[in-house]
Amino acid sequence: MSNKKTKNLTPIQQQYTALAASREPKRSVVKNCLRAFVSGGLICLLGEAIRQALIAWGGFTAKTAGDPTVAILIALAVVLTAAGVYDKIGQWAGAGSAVPVTGFANSLASAAIEHRSEGIVLGVGGQMFRIAGPVIVFGTAAAFAVGIIHLIVRALLGGAP
Amino acid sequence: MIFFWAFVVGGAICLCGQLCYDVLRLSPAHTMTLLVVTGALVDGIIIDGTSMYDRLIAFAGAGASVPITSFGSALVHGALSELNTHGAIGVLTGIFEVTSAGISAALIFSLCAALLVKPKA
Repeated sequence: MSNKKTKNLTPIQQQYTALAASREPKRSVVKNCLRAFVSGGLICLLGEAIRQALIAWGGFTAKTAGDPTVAILIALAVVLTAAGVYDKIGQWAGAGSAVPVTGFANSLASAAIEHRSEGIVLGVGGQMFRIAGPVIVFGTAAAFAVGIIHLIVRALLGGAP
Repeated sequence: MIFFWAFVVGGAICLCGQLCYDVLRLSPAHTMTLLVVTGALVDGIIIDGTSMYDRLIAFAGAGASVPITSFGSALVHGALSELNTHGAIGVLTGIFEVTSAGISAALIFSLCAALLVKPKA
């Protein structure tokens, strides 16, 4: 991969690339992974606590409690983003705060707030899905592909699910 | 016990995301897209009438339903359940059936936040 990248560069540019690589701060993969594991686990633990509370006191069943749990976590994440706290958590947690559904809400809210200055319609409305958009586009495409495969398999098996 | 597995499974999925960042050098958007597509594909595997992702949720609770992979699984869930009830067109009409709550909530709360909060300079 690196050969392909350096092929079109002049020797000076190659020297610069090597220098930049040597000056890049070494990221500790193990430390980052540990942080992501702990913080992501804690967010899921919080989600599980909300889910159990909804089942115990909110009149939800194990099947229906999922949606309100996600909605509460999203509301919480948007409030923390608006207060500027979520980004600080994200700096420590890395993927631990980005992978849970709270990270999805954070990417929407922070893009919406950041582009407010470009106007309500083009800024907030147009840029809100800048980061979250690919997730929805390719998630939908994958779900469609899986649906079509199931449709074909069922047709081949003669209607049996 | 479900609290323990929620922590471990949720943490493990986030760890996979961190490995995508650090080892594969993927951007956050690429990582999230990869995880969502993985969740969708895992949910497409159905054994004895229950999808693999449903089994993970039954085992780990919020540890499987909170990470973004569950978004992909929920998209497939909607598509397949309407495929059962409405036939082929259900694949299109059902995709957002389950996830609409999450998307609508995130969209509306974010809009409110953007209208109420001034961006920092």
